[in-house]
Amino acid sequence: MAELQFREAIRAAIDEEMSQDENIFVMGEEVAEYNGAYKVTEGLLDKYGSKRMIDTPIAELGFAGIGVGAAMNGLRPIVEFMTFNFAVLAADQILNHASKIRYMTGGQIEIPIVFRGPNASAGQLSATHSVSYDAMYAHFPGLKVIYTSEPADAKGLLKSAIRDDNPVLFMESEQMYGLKGEVPDEDNFTIPIGKAKVKRKGSDVTVVAHGKMYHVATKAAEQLAKDGVEVELIDPRTVKPLDIETIVKSIKKTNRCVVVDESHPFGGLAAEVGYLIQREAFDYLDAPVQRVTLPDTNAPFAKNLFDEWLPSPDQVIEAVNIVTYRK
Amino acid sequence: MAKKKKETQEITFTPSGTGIRTNGHVVRSTELPNPTKKKHKSLGLSEEDVVDMFELMYLQRRFEERAMQMYQKGKFGGFLHLYMGQEAISTGTVYALNDDDDIITAYRDHGWGLVRGVSPKEGMAELYGKETGCSHGKGGSMHFSKAENHFWGGFGIVGGETPLGGGIAFANKYKQTGRVTACFLGDGAVDQGSLHETLNMSQNWGLPCIYAIENNGYAMGTAVHRHSVGELYERAKGYGMKNAVINGMDVFTVYEKMKEIAEDVRKNSEPWLVEIRTYRYRGHSMSDPMKYRTKEELQEYEKLDPVERIKKYLLDEDIIDEDKIDEIQDGIEDTIMEAIDYAEESDFPDTSDLYKHMFVEDDYPFHR
Repeated sequence: MAELQFREAIRAAIDEEMSQDENIFVMGEEVAEYNGAYKVTEGLLDKYGSKRMIDTPIAELGFAGIGVGAAMNGLRPIVEFMTFNFAVLAADQILNHASKIRYMTGGQIEIPIVFRGPNASAGQLSATHSVSYDAMYAHFPGLKVIYTSEPADAKGLLKSAIRDDNPVLFMESEQMYGLKGEVPDEDNFTIPIGKAKVKRKGSDVTVVAHGKMYHVATKAAEQLAKDGVEVELIDPRTVKPLDIETIVKSIKKTNRCVVVDESHPFGGLAAEVGYLIQREAFDYLDAPVQRVTLPDTNAPFAKNLFDEWLPSPDQVIEAVNIVTYRK
Repeated sequence: MAKKKKETQEITFTPSGTGIRTNGHVVRSTELPNPTKKKHKSLGLSEEDVVDMFELMYLQRRFEERAMQMYQKGKFGGFLHLYMGQEAISTGTVYALNDDDDIITAYRDHGWGLVRGVSPKEGMAELYGKETGCSHGKGGSMHFSKAENHFWGGFGIVGGETPLGGGIAFANKYKQTGRVTACFLGDGAVDQGSLHETLNMSQNWGLPCIYAIENNGYAMGTAVHRHSVGELYERAKGYGMKNAVINGMDVFTVYEKMKEIAEDVRKNSEPWLVEIRTYRYRGHSMSDPMKYRTKEELQEYEKLDPVERIKKYLLDEDIIDEDKIDEIQDGIEDTIMEAIDYAEESDFPDTSDLYKHMFVEDDYPFHR
């Protein structure tokens, strides 16, 4: 084990996998000579050279498509988006091509590609740089979507994503890159895609939170514990395929659930998890499932409005109070 | 203070009408460059090659004529975009390329499949949506493919295949396979941003790819001069890219030019932008009333028919006689009728195949 920053854990995953497979390369804006816009790929140009660390122009649609074409023809690209907000320009290649080519050709062509980069908001960046895209991509068949919250999960799941023969979207956060955590350092450390993790045991309420919201939920759980409410905190880690069994198992014990999600309320992970819970655990619920999400507005710039916009530990506590009838 | 003008000018945007600004007495959506004057021997083609080219072109033509009939009879659904009139391009190109060079194209892909190893049976069965189709009934008309023969498929989003072609070429350069990629797109796809992005990176990175625009005069119902400014091949100039404009109604010309270009790409690992001018005889798809063009224009191009042209060459050069032509045509007719029987008799995919081919693994936990 070693204590690594989130960005170092991601870099270690890329580095270890690249050292084992010549067909893996990284492409994206500023990944090589600039050493990564957020220093995730720092040092990899020196180690692997400009054949395998490729700086692209600001042309998300074009380089995403070149990545997909390279994957069709036997390579294993890791395509970095400076943020998933910019990947919207590449949506045609991700949604119409990467996710569909294998199916449309009756299984003739595989697309072993990873699209990765930061997701969701990162402070006062206003409306176009603050959107969480995991649920949108999870809507589409043919894609796997991962959004982790801690360095060890990031390393283990990114290694699995790179080894996966299907297209995988791997999401990070600018605000988590400096976060430190213990990370296994053996080469074969992987975490299977599609497995949630119970990260805090508790008997009073199940809280589901992933990505940056996991840390918001953690703060809420710590505060609630002081008040005698024990939260069982589940991090799905993978959005698609979603491990609903782990969540349902917990609800059968706690009978209450709050989902914390940095998406807008309509059609996000919280909406989907809420539906699945009523289908799978209706008779076990002692209260309607509550959710804490972004409001149905764009991200504002002004500090006071932004703080109001982003889910906070207080909102999580309030939702827990509702499902536990403490209010 | 400026005085208000009393009369306001009528505002227009897209140029309208069927005329073109440089037209002669017959309106044409594209002007064809001269075909090659060379005969088959000086192009390095044997008499057998020329006969084979004719067979391939006639096969594509009859396959689609019969497919159209079956579609009109309601034998299968979906879209049906016909390649008729453009067969010299697919045929000349596969002759110019090595068998392991890579080809990718858009949704007008039946001809491309047939010249790159999709059998008439597999092709017809795919149109019918049968399990025995080249894409196991999952792709249909727009998604013929034969990956083992380096035909990566037809793609349904206009301009979607352009960066994919660049990526296939990227992988060839990365792995030093020596293979050339030929990425075909329609004149309508020239207007998509994906072409600009791909050409820019291709030139910057030296990708071994030929981006070949099949300019058939129309982006669906919009004539090329109404949707795109300037000459299409001249877009290459902005990237410092090698370029050419080719007569696509003559198979020898397509063969000669594409062979030269492929050799250059293979030798120098530099991309080309090529405009191949041609004409589509049928509508964009089967539901197209074709009101955007004149009957006279269609007739002008039908006089230049690539299949008739090579047939005439075979006869004029005494390579084969009328009887042999009839024999070949009858044989192809039989092949296609057998393909129709095969498609009709084949099974639809099993309903459990709905989930097949989504993911590489068999045990993916689908959301429900």
